[in-house]
Amino acid sequence: MVGEHSARVHEEPVSFWRRYIFSTDHKVIGIQYYLTAMAMALVGGTLAMLIRLQLGWPEAKWPLLAKIFPRGMSGGVMNPDFYLALITMHGTLMIFFVISLGLVSGFGNYLLPLHIGARDMAFPFLNMLSYWTVVPACVIILASFFVEGGAAASGWTAYPPLSAVEQAVPGSGLGQTLWLLGMALFIASFTMGGLNFVTTILNERTRGMSMMRLPLFIWTLLIASILGLLAFPPLTAAAILLLFDRHGGTSFFLPSGLYFGERVLPHSGGSPLLWQHLFWFLGHPEVYVLILPALGIALDLLPPFTRKPIFGYRLTVYSLFAIGVLSMIVWGHHMFVSGMNPYVGEFFAIGTLAITIPSAIIGFNLIASLWGARLQLRTPALFALGAIAFFGTGGLGGIFLGNATSDIQLHDTYFVVGHFHFMIGGVTLLALFGGTYYWFPKMFGRMMSERLGKLHFWLTFLSFYAVFLTQHFLGLGGMPRRYYAFSKFEFLAPIRDMNAFISIAAFVLGAAQLIFLVNFFWSLFRGARAEQNPWRATTLEWVAPTPPPHGNWGETVPEVHRWPYDYSVPGAPEDFTPQTVPPTVVTVTQ
Amino acid sequence: MNQAAKSAGIESVWRGGISPFAVSWRKLMMWLFIITDGLLFAGLLAGYGFVRLASPRWPNRAEIFHLDFIALMTFILITSSATMATAVGAARQGRPKTVVRFLLLTILGGLSFLGCQAYEWSKLIGEGARLSTNPWGVPLFSAAFFIITGFHGSHVLTGVLILSIVAVRALRQRVSPEGVELAGLYWHFVDLVWVFIFTLFYLI
Repeated sequence: MVGEHSARVHEEPVSFWRRYIFSTDHKVIGIQYYLTAMAMALVGGTLAMLIRLQLGWPEAKWPLLAKIFPRGMSGGVMNPDFYLALITMHGTLMIFFVISLGLVSGFGNYLLPLHIGARDMAFPFLNMLSYWTVVPACVIILASFFVEGGAAASGWTAYPPLSAVEQAVPGSGLGQTLWLLGMALFIASFTMGGLNFVTTILNERTRGMSMMRLPLFIWTLLIASILGLLAFPPLTAAAILLLFDRHGGTSFFLPSGLYFGERVLPHSGGSPLLWQHLFWFLGHPEVYVLILPALGIALDLLPPFTRKPIFGYRLTVYSLFAIGVLSMIVWGHHMFVSGMNPYVGEFFAIGTLAITIPSAIIGFNLIASLWGARLQLRTPALFALGAIAFFGTGGLGGIFLGNATSDIQLHDTYFVVGHFHFMIGGVTLLALFGGTYYWFPKMFGRMMSERLGKLHFWLTFLSFYAVFLTQHFLGLGGMPRRYYAFSKFEFLAPIRDMNAFISIAAFVLGAAQLIFLVNFFWSLFRGARAEQNPWRATTLEWVAPTPPPHGNWGETVPEVHRWPYDYSVPGAPEDFTPQTVPPTVVTVTQ
Repeated sequence: MNQAAKSAGIESVWRGGISPFAVSWRKLMMWLFIITDGLLFAGLLAGYGFVRLASPRWPNRAEIFHLDFIALMTFILITSSATMATAVGAARQGRPKTVVRFLLLTILGGLSFLGCQAYEWSKLIGEGARLSTNPWGVPLFSAAFFIITGFHGSHVLTGVLILSIVAVRALRQRVSPEGVELAGLYWHFVDLVWVFIFTLFYLI
């Protein structure tokens, strides 16, 4: 069995299809995931622009858009149902199909075996299967825009009864069913990927790569995969029950006494709260599935550009575990206003505030890593620093939302939108970009343009603050989220016009991403050739040839003698000591 | 931790079996899958518990099911776990004929269980139970019943298929002791889930 397995890894497929399309090579699969996420991000980003267009100028007419979206923008004015579909699909696409796919599956697949010194994942075939399960999921989710009634419109949280009663809104029809099917396929794919990640990290490390010598990105991937594996199945159960509610006539999520038109619906006995519990049992750990790998990338991008070890490695690992455990028992903080016993609310509030402790430890470790640094402000470093800033800003907002007393005031306002985007939109996006600038030379053998990269960073960073910090203040002013327009609310009149400013900033943010796309594809073909280790970094992937061949390491698998953060070791010949340098040459610090 | 990694050669590191869990990658994967799948049932059972607690009344199971019959089904399934354990033991000792014989007995147990379940379903459907309605007053009772037992039944069916594949491979002497053990892990898991369903749905 063993021989068979490693022999299969060594064989390099020759045909185009086996090599680039149905490949079992983790590097090809990682890049496939990454490009898929990029395509989905274009769709999700366009939806965001349309949302901002509506919120910024709710009464304006856009005749040009009427031609592109004849149904959703008939007469040039956005249809309210179309708006609801836009926010639902923007959330779903960005959370599950952009950040999950790009950050966790994309970078995870590409880097995991390279970081731990393996030749491939534990189950290469399962890996391929997991990618080719998510492709139909993407197609189904995107197809839901074109069916009768349009895409799902019950929010990315798919709360019943909107999502359970087919007649509720136009998007509750076929669009919602396709949403559920797409999510089911996504969960199946993510489960396969997660099983593969955990097994690979625990069992395929090369000689000398003890758990405490893993790069922190791998630690965050491990915790994130475990969280995903534990949290997604209850959502699958909820999705199964919801499908039965929609098509089997059951009423798990539907109470009695629901009216549609003049008619009483035949449901009885269920409760929409059940969905909220099952959904948030996934939903809360899911945000850590996304943000932990982002923090992992930020942590790993700092040492090569500060030329010093990361601060507090062990404490970061312990904090990751603490976050993982706590995140499973705090889902109720999304439901403070849904109606729950105040004592239960108190339990969830205390648990949530307890999470701030390990999160703050990681935040402080990030900042302390800058102490005494010889900082080189290359593009990846800028993005890592930006991610720290976003993490701090978003984290402060989180303290208000985790506390039941203030959350009841802020619930369902733009404060939540602002906070969530800083954490899951901001930290993850900056990590995704920073990681791209950093590992692009390894992936494609060419450098990305520094000048365009820095322009991309500053435009993204500043416009992001303009959009989402401003939204915090709208939320404090009581502006509710998910509303189609605010023109009819008198109490919002003083702050209503800030939406136009936010929209303009959002368009700048959107345009800045085009710079990234140009940079990515231009560098892919025209970028300067990269050396094997352009950042003079210590981790294993820089020991592999550029781009790494099939099986990653050629004849012999590297042996690890030290932790991944040996920068500026006193007495070492250079200011970085790769993990493969034996203790006879440079003393081992960890 | 470091010691274990250092004393192991590259090849043994590659197949796993070292710290932190001294198991092979295949077995680790199976355990992880079982945890995941267990949580799926946990979600379904938690949903069932939620609607049942929220319901002012719940039908008396003793009047609807023949609990003796359900107990017999449970007995059959648990016995099949015992025959499976024997097959795993025989595979470790390298007795392929015993492996095949006890795998077949396990498959027989699984099929009998499925037969019993089919009988029970058809009986209830004959009495008018549907996903959306039933004669006992609480519609969600039959909905939860069909979904939970149906989901478990599909797991048993999958298990029977997996065991059949393992049996065919064992007949051709193309299965490792660990392969039998992995199938056994899954089978015991399916049985364990049934114990929970039996307790939470039928007894309590």
